[in-house]
Amino acid sequence: MEHRSHVYGVVAEFKTEHELVHAVEKTREAGYRRIEAYTPFPVEGLAEALALKRNNVPLITLIGGLTGGLGGFFFQYWVSVIAYPLNIGGRPLNSWPAFIPVTFELTVLGAALSAVFGMLALNGLPRPHHPLFNVHRFVKHATSDRFFLCIEARDPKFHLKESAHFLKGLNASHINEVEDD
Amino acid sequence: MSAGQPPIDSPQIRRLSPVLGPGHTFTSVTDKISSIVLTRPTSLGWVAGFAVSFSLVMILTIALAWLITKGVGIWGINIPIGWGFAIVNFVWWIGIGHAGTLISAILFLLNQKWRTSINRFAEAMTLFAVACAGIFPLLHTGRPWMSYYMFPYPSTMGLWPQFRSPLIWDVFAVSTYGTVSLLFWFVGLIPDLATLRDRALTKPKQIIYGMLAMGWRGSARHWHRYQSAYLLLAGLATPLVLSVHTVVSFDFATAIVPGWHTTIFPPYFVAGAIYSGFAMVLTIAIPLRKAYGLEDFITMRHLENMAMVMLATGLIVAYGYFFEYFMSIYSGNKFDLYLTQMRFHGPYSHFYYALILCNILTPQLLWSHKARTNIPLLFVMSLVVNLGMWLERFVIVVISLTRDFMPSAWGRYSATVWDYATFAGTIGLFVMLLFLFVRVMPAISIAEMRELVAETSEDHE
Repeated sequence: MEHRSHVYGVVAEFKTEHELVHAVEKTREAGYRRIEAYTPFPVEGLAEALALKRNNVPLITLIGGLTGGLGGFFFQYWVSVIAYPLNIGGRPLNSWPAFIPVTFELTVLGAALSAVFGMLALNGLPRPHHPLFNVHRFVKHATSDRFFLCIEARDPKFHLKESAHFLKGLNASHINEVEDD
Repeated sequence: MSAGQPPIDSPQIRRLSPVLGPGHTFTSVTDKISSIVLTRPTSLGWVAGFAVSFSLVMILTIALAWLITKGVGIWGINIPIGWGFAIVNFVWWIGIGHAGTLISAILFLLNQKWRTSINRFAEAMTLFAVACAGIFPLLHTGRPWMSYYMFPYPSTMGLWPQFRSPLIWDVFAVSTYGTVSLLFWFVGLIPDLATLRDRALTKPKQIIYGMLAMGWRGSARHWHRYQSAYLLLAGLATPLVLSVHTVVSFDFATAIVPGWHTTIFPPYFVAGAIYSGFAMVLTIAIPLRKAYGLEDFITMRHLENMAMVMLATGLIVAYGYFFEYFMSIYSGNKFDLYLTQMRFHGPYSHFYYALILCNILTPQLLWSHKARTNIPLLFVMSLVVNLGMWLERFVIVVISLTRDFMPSAWGRYSATVWDYATFAGTIGLFVMLLFLFVRVMPAISIAEMRELVAETSEDHE
């Protein structure tokens, strides 16, 4: 088993999303696990082919929404009942129906902020550089019109020549070695 | 299928125009949309349009400088008509923004493919409209430099905002709406910013788009979370957009002023917001597709669908007007009844008749397929609806305030040159921001267009 530290992996380029999904299935069947696909738009069936688990974005969003809503309501309660009570004709201080609009808005705000920042954090973004950006064809086509599959060097089955040969056999149009810097 | 029906490909069945012109590939949509930003030279028309709108922004800055120097007395507002243009314009602008969110969120949840090529600039329109809207209540406070008082912050005076006030609800609704719209727009832009980064030819562009794209590389794991986040944002933005104009309508409906104190306001305000918003999307889409040759992406199908949404929401608005009228008679409340008389026969009745003409009568033309596919007519119609919706807010704000309970408290309102200058200035600001937007950001979502190419090519197989 060959493992060179300056190699990130080997990347194959496909012309259509169907070829890519097929290649991902074959690569997993061959026993590779540290693989990642790169596509210019979300491709249906790719997450299943890669056997991705459910992600945590919805959970983070739920927590953010609950925090915004409960925090928002009890903050208003605290302001109106404890910190700054105003007795207006003996009306109840905890006039909760009047607190609902702000509670609702803060629920949405908390959920939306945590959905976006949670997604970015789980994705490890912002990350200005990535080894794949060393591959000229990747930069040129990955965000436009081609589909890429990378077998990473940290995969136990990875072997530069054999993995490249294997990908070539899956009808890839180009194969590139990815240097790690 | 019953025997009497014609076959599916029969010429008797009018085929819908496609949502995407034929023959497009991943490469062609990417090239076409990114070239508008990256390689296309700045046209004379763009410079002219930018110059005109920028001049209006200069008028806005003068009007605001004079306002801050002299105070809100330079406007036409008085007692009893304390609201005037500022609130009319605020409600008008915030309503316009609603179509952007509707297109990007609600149509996304409903899986409407035709939303794809119009959602990006409709979302930008939302942001710019909210920015214009925000100016008015801020200045209407009289001392905009003290407006932070409306936010809850631990002050040395121990003061806190009054959370039972609809005006504080407004602060939260509008600022949440602005923030969520910005997030939604930006999340949608990330993959396209990466495309621009990778296709930019000059170093500064590569660096700026590169920083904004945050290193997006289209990884399947990223897309997986991205899609979850986008779907959740759409789900959150949907009730949010309904809540925003509802809260705006509470500014009126919680007051006891005749003509404002009605429960029909929230749904009727939301329908009106979507009505004027779709009109504004048409006002922008028609010149945009012409100027940048985007007829393949923003097809007749889009224009026709938007016209139909306009017709439908226009009918809801008409229903609202009718029930305002009916309830004032049916309730037997003499103040409500008098207000209705004032709308038909009072000093501002010409505004009311113009409103009926613009918002109810003219849009009935849209029942006809011919009218919906006549682009110049559609453009004029969108302007008429925009005007009509502005008149609606004028009628609501001004007629009610000039004729409330006691004749001794009646008054008249007329806008001053500074009111008009501020209003024209915000229109300039809106248009200027749109001009800048189409030059520096992809006006159509490239990633979603690729998805559409993939989906439509599957349909043909």
